[in-house]
Amino acid sequence: MVNQGRYDRNFSTLSHEEQALLARSHVAVIGLGGLGGGVCEMLARIGVGTLTLVDGDVFDATNLNRQFLSREENIGASKAQEAKERIFAVNSTIQVHAFQAYADETNLDDMIQGADLVVDCLDTIDTRFLLQQIVQKAGLPLVSGAIAGVCGQVTVIFPQDLGYELIYGKKKDAQSSGVETLTGNVSYCALFIASLQVSECIKVLLNRGDILRNKLLIADLWSNSFDVMELI
Amino acid sequence: MIQIDLKLFVTLAKYLPRGSGAHEIKEGTTVEELIKDLGIPPDMVKLIFINGKKQDGNYRIQHKDRVGMFPPVGGG
Repeated sequence: MVNQGRYDRNFSTLSHEEQALLARSHVAVIGLGGLGGGVCEMLARIGVGTLTLVDGDVFDATNLNRQFLSREENIGASKAQEAKERIFAVNSTIQVHAFQAYADETNLDDMIQGADLVVDCLDTIDTRFLLQQIVQKAGLPLVSGAIAGVCGQVTVIFPQDLGYELIYGKKKDAQSSGVETLTGNVSYCALFIASLQVSECIKVLLNRGDILRNKLLIADLWSNSFDVMELI
Repeated sequence: MIQIDLKLFVTLAKYLPRGSGAHEIKEGTTVEELIKDLGIPPDMVKLIFINGKKQDGNYRIQHKDRVGMFPPVGGG
């Protein structure tokens, strides 16, 4: 009975046909920290039918300030497994493939198989380049978000695009981490950028609205500034 | 002198004592020269935007340009 009316409040922001399309869609979320925890829950709530959830890490106390999947009682538990359980508790109609594994060149190909779209919620720049390379090779779009302090950025990368090279420079010259090592990360910025990532996912899946392709949305919450910059 | 609207994001903000906003520079200044004048280590600037479009350090800044600089951000 709980599923009767589950999506009523999605209408008519979404049409019934669009809701059905989301139910047939498969999104892979790579990284289940501050961004990924919010992204997978919002994708499940709106009704994306299949989710692949990837993270090799376990929760620790430093995650509690911002990562919605972390709780005092699940410190030490697998982020991927906890995400799967959370998604089942929120929307048991969603099919979840959870992988407790760090994304690398040996496993990403297999883990994103069957997906229509991949979401980059990783926390290192070099792994982001690797993910882009593998997702582009698979011919899939990549929705990317990154945060530092109260600033964040979102972009969408298609298979033919330069993508991260436009943002971080050449892969060989890029640093492994950004300024988040100096600023830390806070809950409201993580969830804000996660929301924008989900918005881009829905637009790509439904082929609707303005997509941040070759554009970078930059948000600064201290100054309430939201800029969409052209990368090419 | 020309007036520009300057915005420095995240860790770059500390190099602009008044915060973001109106800033006066010499006519003909390039972005690279502005970065040097502000005392910002060049490798800290990853993205330069002029009037909402990505540019490189050789761009010669014009009167009333909106200049934005962004460091590398990769956290998740």
